Amino acid sequence: MENDDINLIANAAHTGSVTGGNVLDEGRVGTSGLQTKGIHVWFGKHHVLEDISLDFPANSVTGLIGPSGCGKSTFLRVLNRMHEFIPGAAMAGEVFLDGEEIYGPKVDVTAMRLKVGMVFQKPNPFPSMTIAENVLAGLKLANIKVQDKDSLLEECLTRAGLWKEVKDRLKLSGSSLSGGQQQRLCIARALAVKPKVLLMDEPCSALDPASTLKVEETIVQLSSDMTIVVVTHNMQQAARVSDFCAFFLSDGGPGQIVEADRTAVIFSSPSDQRTADYVQGRFG
Amino acid sequence: MSNSVLPTTLHNVKPEKPWINRRQSLQEVARPVAIATAVATAIVLLTGLAGPLGFYVAFVLSFIVVSFVDGMRHDKVKAIDKVMTTLVTAGFASAFIPWASILLTVFKRGASAIYFGFFTNDMSITAADDELGMGGLSHALVGSLLILLMASLVAIPFGIITAVYITEIKGRFSGVVRVVVQSMSGVPSVVAGLFIYAIVVSRFSFSGLAGALALAILMLPTVARTSEEVLKLVPEDLRSSAYALGASQTATTFRIVLPTARSGLITASMLGLARVAGETAPLILTAYYTAIYSLKVTGQPLASLPMYIFQNFSTGTDTALTRAWGGAAVLLSFIFILFIFARIAGRGSRK
Repeated sequence: MENDDINLIANAAHTGSVTGGNVLDEGRVGTSGLQTKGIHVWFGKHHVLEDISLDFPANSVTGLIGPSGCGKSTFLRVLNRMHEFIPGAAMAGEVFLDGEEIYGPKVDVTAMRLKVGMVFQKPNPFPSMTIAENVLAGLKLANIKVQDKDSLLEECLTRAGLWKEVKDRLKLSGSSLSGGQQQRLCIARALAVKPKVLLMDEPCSALDPASTLKVEETIVQLSSDMTIVVVTHNMQQAARVSDFCAFFLSDGGPGQIVEADRTAVIFSSPSDQRTADYVQGRFG
Repeated sequence: MSNSVLPTTLHNVKPEKPWINRRQSLQEVARPVAIATAVATAIVLLTGLAGPLGFYVAFVLSFIVVSFVDGMRHDKVKAIDKVMTTLVTAGFASAFIPWASILLTVFKRGASAIYFGFFTNDMSITAADDELGMGGLSHALVGSLLILLMASLVAIPFGIITAVYITEIKGRFSGVVRVVVQSMSGVPSVVAGLFIYAIVVSRFSFSGLAGALALAILMLPTVARTSEEVLKLVPEDLRSSAYALGASQTATTFRIVLPTARSGLITASMLGLARVAGETAPLILTAYYTAIYSLKVTGQPLASLPMYIFQNFSTGTDTALTRAWGGAAVLLSFIFILFIFARIAGRGSRK
C-alpha cells in the first residue's frame, strides 16, 4: 500500500513535469471554452485516471484514443458531470467551461449540461417519443421555449444527416429506425439545445460501416462551429475525423495521457514510442 | 399477364413454410396419443384407478413412457426431449384444468340467475330467496366500481410514487421503504379491514369510502413492488441521455422514465386491482352491504359484488345460492373486462 502511494506520487510528479497541461494548439487556446486541469478520478479506492490536463481547441474535433480500460470514457463523463452518477465515484482537478469551473459550488448543473451535449455508445432514442419529439426532447425537458419548432427540427435533423431519410415519418417512434439512423437521431437530439461542446462516447461502435461513414461525415461538418470530443477505439476513425488526438494509456495503474498533439503528428511522427506502437496497431 | 417473359423459377411462387410437414407432424402426434389412450384405457379398466381423474393420471403416465419409447427410435437425446415436452405439457394441463373447471362451474351454476334485469335491478324489493328472474345486482356492480375506483385513486398514485422514491430518488430511506412495503404485502386482508374499522367506521359509519381505504391498503404494496420492478427495467442509458440534455431529475422521471414504463405501470396497477377486486373480508368490516342501489359513498353502507355473493350464500336457499353463483360469474367477467380495458390502454398511443 505504501509503495503504491509512493509510486502514485512519483508518477503524478513525472507526468506533471513533462506535459504541464497538454496544450494542443497554441494559437487557439482559450477560445475553446473547455479545459481540464489535473483531473484525477477514483472509483472507490481504485485510481483510474491521473493528472489529465487538456485544452480542447474550439471548432475542431479532439479524439481520445487508447486501449480499453484506460479511462477515456470516464474522462469524457467528467467533462459534463455525468461521472458523479456512478456510485463510488470521486475526482480531483478542475474543468473549465467558458472560464467557469463546472464543479464549482454555485454551478447550475443542468444549465451546464445544456452547453455540453453528449452522444452515447449505444443509440438510445426515447422509446416513448416519436422521431420529432425525440429531437425536441431536450427543449421539453429543460423547459426551453422555441418560436419555430419545425424549422429547428429540420435544421437539427439535416445537420445530423438524417432529414432526408425521416422527413416523411417524423410521427413514427424513434425505435422504428435502424441502429445507424437511431444514432444520428441521438446526435440531432443533442444538437437541438445548441450545445457549445459535443461529447461522443464511441458513437460508432454499434454501427455498420455505412452508418459509421455517415456519422463521421456529420462529426466533421458539425466541427465547423462546435468543439467536439470523440472517444474511439477505431484508429482509422480517429485519423479520419479528428484534428487533435490525445493518447491515453494505463500500464496497470491509473490511466494517463501519454501524448497529445495534432492528429497528423500523432499518426506520423509521435514523440513517444508507445504512441507509435498503438496507432500502428502493434499493441492494444 | 406476361408469363412467358418470366423465368419459370419465378413463376407462381407462393410463400410456404417448408419446415412444417403437416402429415408427418400429425402422425407424430396422433400415434403416441392413440397408443397412450389405449394403454390408459387398459389401466383404468384393469386397475383401481377410475373416473376422469384416474384416466387423466393414467394417460399422463403412459404418455411419458410412450414418448420416451417413441424418441428412443432415434436416440437418447430425442427421447429425453420428447419426455420433457410431455412433462411440461402435462404440467400446463394440470394447472389449466382446475382453472377452466372453476370458470365452467361458475358460469354453469350462475347462468340461470342471469337475465337482463340482473344488471338493472337491485334487491330492495326482492328477497334473496325469491324466485329467480326478480331483482338483480346493479347496486353491487355500481358499488364495486365506486369502491375500486376510489381505492385506485389512492393506491395507484401512492404506489407509483413509492416506486419512484425507491428507484429514482434512491433516498436515504429507500431500503427501509422497500422492506416496509414488502412486509405490508403480507398483511392479511381482514387486518386491513379491522384497521379501517377502528379508525374510520367506529367514528363515522360503514361506508364505501371506508371500504375503498381498506382495499387501498391492500393494493398499495402490490402496485409499489410491481412498479419498482418495472421502473428498474428502464435502461439507465435513457436517464443518462436525459441528464446529458440538461434535464432535471423531475423532468427525467416524469417525461422520460414514467412514459417509457407506461404499459408496465398499467400492468402493475391492474395487478393491484386484481388483488383486491374479489376481497370480501375487509368489506364486511368497512363498506358492509345494502340491498339498495346507491351512489353515496359516505355515511351509509355500500354494496359490492363480493358482498352480494357472500350475502346470498349466507341466505343459503337454492335461489339465493344460484344468485350467488350468478354474482360470481358477473365478478369474474367484470375483472376480465377491466383487464381487457387495461391492455388496450397500455397499448394506447404506441406507434
